Amino acid sequence: MERFAALVDGLVYTRSRNGKLALLADYLRTTPDPDRGWALAALTDGLDFPAVKAGTVRALLDERVDEVLWRLSRDYVGDTAETASLLWPEPAAPQAPAPSVTEAVEVLAGATRATAGQRLADLLDRLDANGRYALLKLATGAMRIGLSARLAKVAFAQAFGVDVEQVEELWHGQVPPYTALFAWAADGAPPPDAQSLPLFRPFMLAQPLEETVVDLAEFAAEWKWDGIRVQLVHVNGQSRLYSRGGDDISASFPEMTGALHVPAVLDGELLVRGSHQGGKAGGAASFNALQQRLGRKSVSKAMLADYPAFVRLYDVLLLEGEDLRPLGWEARRARLEALVPRLDPARFDISPVIAAETLDDLAEIRARARDDAIEGVMLKRRDAPYVSGRRAGLWYKWKRDPLLIDCVLMYAQRGSGKRSSFYSDFTFGCWDGDPDAGAELLPVGKAYFGFTDEELKWLDRHVRQHTVNRFGPVREVDRSLVLEVAFDSVHASKRHKSGLAMRFPRIHRIRADKPAHEADRLETLRAMVAD
Amino acid sequence: MWPPFCWGHFGAPQGASGTGSGPGPLWWGMALDLSWIRPEPKGLYLPPADAWIDPAHAVAQALVTHGHSDHARGGHGQTIATGATLAIMGLRYGVMPEGARVVDYGQSVDLAGGIRATFVPAGHVLGSAQILLERDGQRVVVTGDYKRRPDPTCAPFQPVRCDVFITEATFGLPVFRHPPIAEEIARLLATLAAHPERCVLVGAYALGKAQRLIAELRRAGHHAPIFLHGAMERMCGLYREWGIDLGELRPAAGVAKGEIAGHIVVCPPSALNDRWSRRLPDPITAMASGWMRVRQRARQRNVELPLVISDHADWDELTATIAEVDPAETWITHGREEALLRWCALHQRPARALAMVGYEDEDD
Repeated sequence: MERFAALVDGLVYTRSRNGKLALLADYLRTTPDPDRGWALAALTDGLDFPAVKAGTVRALLDERVDEVLWRLSRDYVGDTAETASLLWPEPAAPQAPAPSVTEAVEVLAGATRATAGQRLADLLDRLDANGRYALLKLATGAMRIGLSARLAKVAFAQAFGVDVEQVEELWHGQVPPYTALFAWAADGAPPPDAQSLPLFRPFMLAQPLEETVVDLAEFAAEWKWDGIRVQLVHVNGQSRLYSRGGDDISASFPEMTGALHVPAVLDGELLVRGSHQGGKAGGAASFNALQQRLGRKSVSKAMLADYPAFVRLYDVLLLEGEDLRPLGWEARRARLEALVPRLDPARFDISPVIAAETLDDLAEIRARARDDAIEGVMLKRRDAPYVSGRRAGLWYKWKRDPLLIDCVLMYAQRGSGKRSSFYSDFTFGCWDGDPDAGAELLPVGKAYFGFTDEELKWLDRHVRQHTVNRFGPVREVDRSLVLEVAFDSVHASKRHKSGLAMRFPRIHRIRADKPAHEADRLETLRAMVAD
Repeated sequence: MWPPFCWGHFGAPQGASGTGSGPGPLWWGMALDLSWIRPEPKGLYLPPADAWIDPAHAVAQALVTHGHSDHARGGHGQTIATGATLAIMGLRYGVMPEGARVVDYGQSVDLAGGIRATFVPAGHVLGSAQILLERDGQRVVVTGDYKRRPDPTCAPFQPVRCDVFITEATFGLPVFRHPPIAEEIARLLATLAAHPERCVLVGAYALGKAQRLIAELRRAGHHAPIFLHGAMERMCGLYREWGIDLGELRPAAGVAKGEIAGHIVVCPPSALNDRWSRRLPDPITAMASGWMRVRQRARQRNVELPLVISDHADWDELTATIAEVDPAETWITHGREEALLRWCALHQRPARALAMVGYEDEDD
């Protein structure tokens, strides 16, 4: 555990990508099985100990530390695991030597809700503060140390001199501690079998277009639908639906996993039937409707009937045993168009290509798309193979310009992690009438990004100097600062007093120049409601 | 090196034999009359003497605990402090303070209104003092900033028995437990040895922390030249004049990259991510500060090698010192006073937080 703790701290403090890669590659090369496999799983969110909850840690500390001192400490440090690792009382009696990663994993994996606390406490007693931090991060499954799964795979490839694309491919069929994967990469054993299992294949992703100018002779344009990107896999009679991050969401959408009978790996947008996006015929409902279906472990018949799901197809990666990814987009598109008539039309359609000759034409079509509540357009290089990740120059996303509204800052809360010393979560409101005639502000949204580091410092200072009330980590500020808030859309919501909920709100500009009573009123925001 | 002083002079704390666990009786069995000391937002004010302690603005008469700029401001009519503190102020402001009056450790000065002030080592930085104030048999100690760990660059803190203990609380949260400095120095030297082609750039507060870091490196057997940012040079010179051995120091300015490789460079924290550091051979960024205990604090400053080295008392020392001094009342000047107040409440010790402004969370 000491080596793992040192690795975790090294990854926390090392800024450069190459530095992180070197640290992790060295660890993987020089640490024996199965420790390195468990460590890798912990770093890539591949470990889950259902018996250990964030509340388990809280309960342990409740028995050992005064609750007010705990709260003040947690509020300052901004991270439960780190606070607990620092506050943990050193045991008076001598302890067994520090546990290995494997021992810790085995002890926690065998725990029940009833025994998890004591087991965790016994392990914590055997570690120093850095070891406790690493253990708590591993146990609660929230590493968040700036190491993406992709980076871990690159480090794995670098450690053993193997191809990173092949690592990506093989990875998803394996479970921690990845012994077969290490045997293949480190000891030259044959690669684990990937073809015959319903595995996730890494997505190809797009870069923002920004100032880039592309030639539509080289690029095809498609709508960017407002659902969630999914991959549907069918092989050997088994089907799986994966989210963008590779999470298996099959259980939430049984109608989709039952709908594909052709052995294939398909890339598309998961949507719910409706008339909100793309018109009445074959349309899709708003993202709000889809949200009713997300994150459910089981789905009722009513849900299935009220919010029927379908996939709007973008691409085909594998088809009937053939890997189509090396082909160009146009060739894959032809295969996809030929495939769609063989699929259930209630569950599948194809995302149409937008006919536009020039980028200016496309800009006009894109601007009109707001009425159809489509997020924007995608530009795909016609000859590009399907490669994982976000590669320069192959796919671009071109989102609509955001909607804007002037709000008044009402509350601020301290952030967590890197922002734990800053008031960085801002709640803002609009006037419910004429502010000069006694109207009040009603909160309309909350945003914690969109500003620069300099602006964050400015906002933090503003909050500290304009506080009128404190509620734990939240400060209420005087109604003096106008924030221009950008957002993608706004919807009716019963959850909020204002009756409105914004999608992706972010702080666009600080309008210190604008008096608060000139901020927008609710009616302005209400007029922007899209559903 | 230090003027001799002894327990008898200040009165050693009575320890457990005094008041036991509760607030207990006051020292002389009478109620405290503290009208002669008044916490103001700008500092502690002594009305009978018309004198201030560490005032945030220019006043007629100031008693200064130590030379950090948030405690030692310029422009007072008369400044009373230890010789080293006055020398530090003179260096900072270019001239010796007006009406400087030197008070050595253990010496007292009689102020108007029957107040006697005695300067006692605080162990924070060179010249730093606690100030013991006595009037009509009542004793108040103002710690200024202090620490309890040994420091080769200044006289050690002396606990002084008193009725009111006015303490700092910079690291007044139980998460702050400073590790032994030898461990942190060993990590610094191990990192240096592992990267002979690079250098380690250590951000350290220019007064106190930098010199302590250097002195501890020397004590650990590191005798190679240490390179200094220009802002460090004069203060290191002053420490040497006061008899602190810092070994061979060289300015980093104008030195070729190859010559600095494999060496330690010390700069103020503000220069860590400044263009200034571009002249250095692929520096590993380190910072010596008590705040480095918290990972995200280190990350916010782009620090790759956080060194938990502080010139303030940590949580255990703050609480142990209150228990040891065992005052009838504890007043808390600045820092994370809420948690220390809570601790006092949990231990049945009367305490209050003073709403002082102007003392910063310096880059300790």
